[in-house]
Amino acid sequence: MQQQHAIEMRGITKHFGLVVANENVELTVRKGEILSILGENGSGKTSLMNMLAGIYFPDAGQITIDGREVVIRSPKDAFDLGIGMIHQHFKLVDVLTAAENIILGLPGKLRLNMKTVEADIRKLTDKYGFEIDLTRKIYEMSVSQKQTVEIVKMLYRGANILILDEPTAVLTPQETDKLFDVLRNMRNQGHSIIIITHKLTEVLSLSDRVAVLRKGESIGTVDTKDATEMSLTEMMVGKKVVLDIDRPDPVNPVSRLQVDGVTCIDREGRKVLDDATFDARSGEILGIAGIAGSGQKELLEAIAGLRPMTGGVITYIDEKGKSRVLSRMNASAIRELGVRLAFVPEDRLGMGLVASMGMTDNMMLRTYRGGRSFFRQRKQPRSLAQQIMEDLEVITPNIEWPVGRMSGGNVQKVLVGREISSAPQVLMVAYPVRGLDINSSHAIYRLLNQQKKLGVTVICVGEDLDVLLALCDRIMVLAGGKVSGIVDGRTAKKEEVGLLMTSDQYEQQSAKEETIA
Amino acid sequence: MSTVSVKEPLMHIVKRDDNSLWRNVYIRVIAVVCSLIVCAFIIFGLTGMNPLAVYGGIWNGAVGTTRRMWVTFRDAAILLCVGLAITPAFKMRFWNIGAEGQVLVGALATAGMMITFPQLPPALLYTVSLLAGVMAGMIWGAIPAIFKANWNTNETLFTLMLNYIAMQLVTFCIIFWENPKGSNSVGLINKGTKEGWLPSILDNGYILPIIIVLVIAALMFIYMRYSKQGYEISVVGESENTAHYAGINVKRVIIRTMMISGGIAGLAGFLLVSGVGHTISTSVANNRGFTAIIVAWLGKLNPFFMLIVAFLLVFMEKGSSQIATQFGLNENASEIMTGIILFFVLGCEFFINYRIEFRGKRHEEVKA
Amino acid sequence: MSIFLIFLQKAITQGVAILYGANGEIMTQKSGNLNLGVPGMMYMGGIAGLIGAFFYEKYAANPIPFVGMLIAIVCALLCAAFGGLIYSVLTITLRANQNVTGLALTTFGVGFGNFFGGSLSKLAGGVGQISTIVTSSAFRAKIPFLSEIPIIGDLFFSYGFLTYFSLALTIFLHWFLYKTRIGLNLRSVGESAATADAAGINVTRYKYLATCAGGAIAGLGGLYFVMDYSTGTWMNNGFGDRGWLAIALVIFARWRPLNAIWGSLLFGGLYILYLYIPGLERSTQEIFKALPYLVTIVVLVITSLRKRREDQPPAGLGLAYFREER
Repeated sequence: MQQQHAIEMRGITKHFGLVVANENVELTVRKGEILSILGENGSGKTSLMNMLAGIYFPDAGQITIDGREVVIRSPKDAFDLGIGMIHQHFKLVDVLTAAENIILGLPGKLRLNMKTVEADIRKLTDKYGFEIDLTRKIYEMSVSQKQTVEIVKMLYRGANILILDEPTAVLTPQETDKLFDVLRNMRNQGHSIIIITHKLTEVLSLSDRVAVLRKGESIGTVDTKDATEMSLTEMMVGKKVVLDIDRPDPVNPVSRLQVDGVTCIDREGRKVLDDATFDARSGEILGIAGIAGSGQKELLEAIAGLRPMTGGVITYIDEKGKSRVLSRMNASAIRELGVRLAFVPEDRLGMGLVASMGMTDNMMLRTYRGGRSFFRQRKQPRSLAQQIMEDLEVITPNIEWPVGRMSGGNVQKVLVGREISSAPQVLMVAYPVRGLDINSSHAIYRLLNQQKKLGVTVICVGEDLDVLLALCDRIMVLAGGKVSGIVDGRTAKKEEVGLLMTSDQYEQQSAKEETIA
Repeated sequence: MSTVSVKEPLMHIVKRDDNSLWRNVYIRVIAVVCSLIVCAFIIFGLTGMNPLAVYGGIWNGAVGTTRRMWVTFRDAAILLCVGLAITPAFKMRFWNIGAEGQVLVGALATAGMMITFPQLPPALLYTVSLLAGVMAGMIWGAIPAIFKANWNTNETLFTLMLNYIAMQLVTFCIIFWENPKGSNSVGLINKGTKEGWLPSILDNGYILPIIIVLVIAALMFIYMRYSKQGYEISVVGESENTAHYAGINVKRVIIRTMMISGGIAGLAGFLLVSGVGHTISTSVANNRGFTAIIVAWLGKLNPFFMLIVAFLLVFMEKGSSQIATQFGLNENASEIMTGIILFFVLGCEFFINYRIEFRGKRHEEVKA
Repeated sequence: MSIFLIFLQKAITQGVAILYGANGEIMTQKSGNLNLGVPGMMYMGGIAGLIGAFFYEKYAANPIPFVGMLIAIVCALLCAAFGGLIYSVLTITLRANQNVTGLALTTFGVGFGNFFGGSLSKLAGGVGQISTIVTSSAFRAKIPFLSEIPIIGDLFFSYGFLTYFSLALTIFLHWFLYKTRIGLNLRSVGESAATADAAGINVTRYKYLATCAGGAIAGLGGLYFVMDYSTGTWMNNGFGDRGWLAIALVIFARWRPLNAIWGSLLFGGLYILYLYIPGLERSTQEIFKALPYLVTIVVLVITSLRKRREDQPPAGLGLAYFREER
């Protein structure tokens, strides 16, 4: 007889209305292993795991845990089976303390004695070596501290099988290493661990086996030792792809946007952007790299006039060499000045578009104010919508269909199409291919290159270093809100950029050491 | 299949993607019919009367005579007017439950003008009282909006509290204006001269308010759908982030929209004093501010659907006061019945938006 | 001094009904349900208790005060909880809009109270003719001996038992919410239903139970008003706007039961302050009656200015929860 599996999923199917999340998926997890689930965004990784965690209920298929067929109707069922899932968006109550969050929903004496509860949790955290202040409120914690609370919460519930959804997306490399140590330690103690990710390096360094999903279907499971980045990419995207992004040489680039010492603070008064200085040139793509939350969003918003700055100057230099100061102007004032800044924000449906409206109404989002009339013009936006639908091959029943109900790639085409239609002088895009399949991604790269050839200054914030290194002429790296370096996209090495991304932590480290000394 | 032995949830709720107009209509009709059946059982159980006779009485009371019919139409129009006031605010997801107070202050200002300046020429007096009513409503609407826009103060609770302050303000003023002294009521304002009373058209005192409200309804429809400001309201309601990105001054839109909302409610107050009651009391709004929320919500903020809902509610109310006298039923029976109908109609929304799948059906699908 | 004493005494009497209402609403809102049907549920509780007591006294040969009291309490609890149940079915199971459903419940509940109140009055022979002396006197019985102590007796021991029970209940509620596991779970449901669900808490059950229990507690406020404050009779709309005042008190107390105790005293005091300030015009009196609402607005504004996380409404207030939403 074969070795008993911790989890077996057979023929799992899940539809959301007309959208297929999973189709006939097969997956097995062995006891005491780390299994990576690899797949592009939208390949159905998270919904598959949500069915194990009792958040979704499958339309069809069977789940077997420890050789026993089970039905998981609710998260409680999942806990009872020893399954704990750490969601990408943490499921923690902000106003409660860490300890309170950990014991939520657990049976026990009616009367709560937090002291004994905390002592009890402490035993567990000591065993695994977690550092955590149990009396602290969640809203006072950093992301990695919150993640620790989540892990402890699952272990405290006796989870044997731990599922982590994109756990490293928000972590620094140091925090990631620490997390991986914890996970290996847990595996050695007999836990099964499933980690959802799309980062190949993590897959290769951490897991024992890799299961690959593509478009909701299972492609196969391989041992990590037999896999390479190349073979996994092939499984993930289907056909063999060379990351073949065109990179034309910039045609006489001149400085178009000068950013000098720009500083922004957030609501809590922390510096999220600290003395950022650089210039962006016409006819080139300037990439911006950095760990999530290093000030990328703030930088773009500050340039676009959407975020107040506490210091610094942003200057725009037009074709004739005349310079204008944009800092401390809001978005509409900048537009009235005749400077056409196009901005594709990271949050497409929550910021760039109105989800419940159709393409036509979304086309006018940034231009509806034009003209003296009290009423809005729909004719031009409608023909623009029609044109974008045809040119960019947007798949939608009609141009009045709510954009919120389109697929991710189509949503992005609508958004980028609108922004490009304003014939911008500066085009800023944040994570332009996040959640898009390979074909849509390439369509977006082509659009960016097209703008570049037209002499537009393109600023592109990205998360995939390989893409940035293949697409951009120069890459600026942000770390902890500071510009830690600007490198040439054609010659720079990935490791070099990676080091720059974490430079602020070394600084902090050395600063700390200095103070101690 | 082995799954038979496993316990699966009995049913399972799925969001509907398709939305056919006909199904939506017939689900609502079924809901109203069900509620009437429940009401019939309650009427029979409590009073032993024939429910059909009681329903006949309701019909008779609401539209049985020409006069009753006109009163029903006029009151429906005014309820619709308050509902229209709420519409832009709700579209902006600003939960204005303060229309009651906004109507009250509008009515108060109108009455104040009629009492203070009876000697003005009629056209001028109409203008002054209309403006006063609308302005008062605007101010009452703007106060919570200013706090919401600047400090994100919870508007549901703020507007709710303002209702009662408006009520006390009215009682306060009544004491100055009471007629006769000590009666604690104002009586008919300008009783003999009818100064400031909205005129009759074609010998019909009910038509003018109805026309005014229908015009507002048409204007509101156009404003929300075709104007730039209406577009801004939709964007702000959907996502403040997007509005910010689009360069919309969110604070200004919130305050402006609430001034429009309050202003229309104030206008309803004007109509109630100048066109309907010709007096002022704390009950002049008569809970219309709250009922209108139900009108706006069930009418999906569409003036045409809201008209239907408003008419139905007023129909029930008028009919019930008739059966109170005709059958000796307590007049508050109407509130109970209205409540039950509302419960059913609110509950039926679920069946419009969601679908229930039962265990048995799923298995058939799996096998097929 | 004696006027001040009477003022305090009256303020307490006014505050009790509001305190019950506020406690019920705190319980409900902690589960994430903003139930604007509180005024309606208080009417339902009041009238049901009165009906129970009325028929008991009418048909029992020798009505026993304690039994009458028990019947009234059970009727009030059940009827008001039924109001909460209607709200729960509509908003939790059928996901109807909470504001609209609450308002409809208030329409229904106030109509329910006035309908049966009016019918009962007719049965009893006219407005104000309903008599439940035996039961009402049980509700109004002062604490023997202690209430006879001068000043202290009047101030602290001269109330019916529902007054003391309201205090006990409030303290219990505080203990329940902040010192027990179930209370912790309940608060997490109101803060973030998705989190509570992922932690294995049955969100639907918690919401149902909290809303129905909240309704029942609010119903006691109506019962107190009818049986103790109005000595066991019914006036249509006699309860006035106290239900809304209860919702105001929830905000004023910043969702904490213990704050509601002194808040109810303050609200009760402000509600009748105009009677005790000498030399007030009738008109100025009316302005004084608006004070509780003004004070609430001030508190609302101050908490929104201070932005302290612990003072904010439950984060999930007003939102329906559907696990498979995406």
